[in-house]
Amino acid sequence: MAYSDKVIDHYNNPRNVGSFKKEDDEVGTGVVGAPECGDVMKLQIKVDDTTGVITDAKFKTFGCGSAIASSSLATEWVKGKTLDEAMQITNTAIVEELALPPIKIHCSVLAEDAIKAAIDDYKKKKASVGAHSSADGTDSKS
Amino acid sequence: MLKFPIYLDNHATTPVDPRVLDAMLPYFKEKFGNAASRNHPYGWEAEEAVSMAREQCANLIHADPKEIVFTSGSTESNNLAIKGAAEMYKEKGKHIITANTEHKAVLDPCKHLEALGFDVTYLPVDKMGRVSAEQFAEAVRPDTILASLMFANNEVGTIHPIAEIGKICKEKNIIFHTDATQATGKVPVDVQSMGIDLLSVSAHKMYGPKGAGFLYVRRKGPRVRIAPIFDGGGHERGMRSGTLNVPGVAGLGKACEICKNEMSKDRAHALALRKIMHDRFFNELDFISLNGHPEHRLPGNFNVSFAYVEGEALMMGIKEIAVSSGSACTSASLEPSHVLRAMGVGEDAVHTSIRYGIGRFNTVEEVTYAANKTIEAVRRLREMSPLYEMVKDGVDLASVKWTSH
Ligand SMILES: Cc1ncc(COP(=O)(O)O)c(C=O)c1O
Ligand code: FES
Repeated sequence: MAYSDKVIDHYNNPRNVGSFKKEDDEVGTGVVGAPECGDVMKLQIKVDDTTGVITDAKFKTFGCGSAIASSSLATEWVKGKTLDEAMQITNTAIVEELALPPIKIHCSVLAEDAIKAAIDDYKKKKASVGAHSSADGTDSKS
Repeated sequence: MLKFPIYLDNHATTPVDPRVLDAMLPYFKEKFGNAASRNHPYGWEAEEAVSMAREQCANLIHADPKEIVFTSGSTESNNLAIKGAAEMYKEKGKHIITANTEHKAVLDPCKHLEALGFDVTYLPVDKMGRVSAEQFAEAVRPDTILASLMFANNEVGTIHPIAEIGKICKEKNIIFHTDATQATGKVPVDVQSMGIDLLSVSAHKMYGPKGAGFLYVRRKGPRVRIAPIFDGGGHERGMRSGTLNVPGVAGLGKACEICKNEMSKDRAHALALRKIMHDRFFNELDFISLNGHPEHRLPGNFNVSFAYVEGEALMMGIKEIAVSSGSACTSASLEPSHVLRAMGVGEDAVHTSIRYGIGRFNTVEEVTYAANKTIEAVRRLREMSPLYEMVKDGVDLASVKWTSH
């Protein structure tokens, strides 16, 4: 299949590959997808506690070139945004920016889900830190 | 000097051997006659070419030239064999045996027959893609009329125990068809000693042209009859009407002749190149696995799963190399390989598989380059892979609760 120049650029020079310490209070981690489906995305955000602004982001992705490009782009886009602003990022914007063909739309959906999951994780962490003041970084779902 | 992209997809198709092209050219130009024209030299010349090709095809598989029916390739040969035999023998019974790793050109005709009231058993395969003779024998019923099992698989190269299954078919009076598209010309194929009644061959998988092939139809012990699919001028002894593709047939014949004469050389060459890749990968990368059978395998087939690296992303990283993958992401339907799934290698191994198909015209330099590039790309993508990171951190991926979508 033919890729857009932007997908190729993100694939060749992925932005923000890597990991933050999951346990850190200021880090939110979203892992979406499943190995059996051929795609797993991990997106992490680092949030300034006082301003609620995402100061840094990192990703690791197991998936096709479009999935890698979508997550790379997502990390670029969330940086500098508040949590609420980042929640507004949609997969259609990613599709447009990367000129993804219809068959690759689900890769962009995954990136949107990863952003939301990371924000969710951060918020949950905050809430549980407030409640118990002893965050262990694990999911506090009962 | 390497020419890019390097072609390592010789199961999809092969380049035409220059000697084959030379054998074809006259039949496009001055010898353009119709092989069925009986009353002038144009027709005689064409008929001569066809009859020489018939002999060359027959020689390669130890058949009689009268047993060769020219077709447009293996899709047609498989359809003709399976639907043709089912139609002819339906009074005897309605049960057909095949396997679930067959090519679509076998599976779909079988499905078609199911819709017409036939009963088809799709044998499961083992982890290496093989059906055993015992397993086959157990599936046989009194009303079994036809078995269709491929000689060698197009994805993983696994070779079935054809001679043993042929023997069972003889004993049980079952017509035995084999789709030998990938095997013919690469490994010895002998319709006599292997008890094969119907056999499909395609020229473009053996350095011949696309759109040409044949179906072998046994004439003696037993005489196998098939109903034609095309009605028309009664060519090919009524089994396949339609003016013969004389240049294609001439090319197919030449391709068979070369494969017969050079089989041991081709085989040794493919095995040597495959060993280079195999040794490099297995020495330099962790978490990789060979798909298919280590011994009962086509010499040119090398199918590997690089765990934690998705196949399409890997192909993008080795775009200087033309290969294919079983990953869902590479297919138009987003369906992962049905062959690897049937083998039960695990969904993750399916998504991370790459098929290298080594052929006559590949070189040591090419496979060395392909190995270098692949290793480099796998390492780079693993640095980007959350799965690789988790495994390195000691996480058991099977214990993780994934959010499938
Ligand atoms: C095992 C097998 N059977 C059948 C076919 C179809 O052959 P053809 O392209 O000649 O129709 C192929 C080629 O893709 C094949 O690999
Ligand atoms: S991850 Fe499979 S198509 Fe993108």
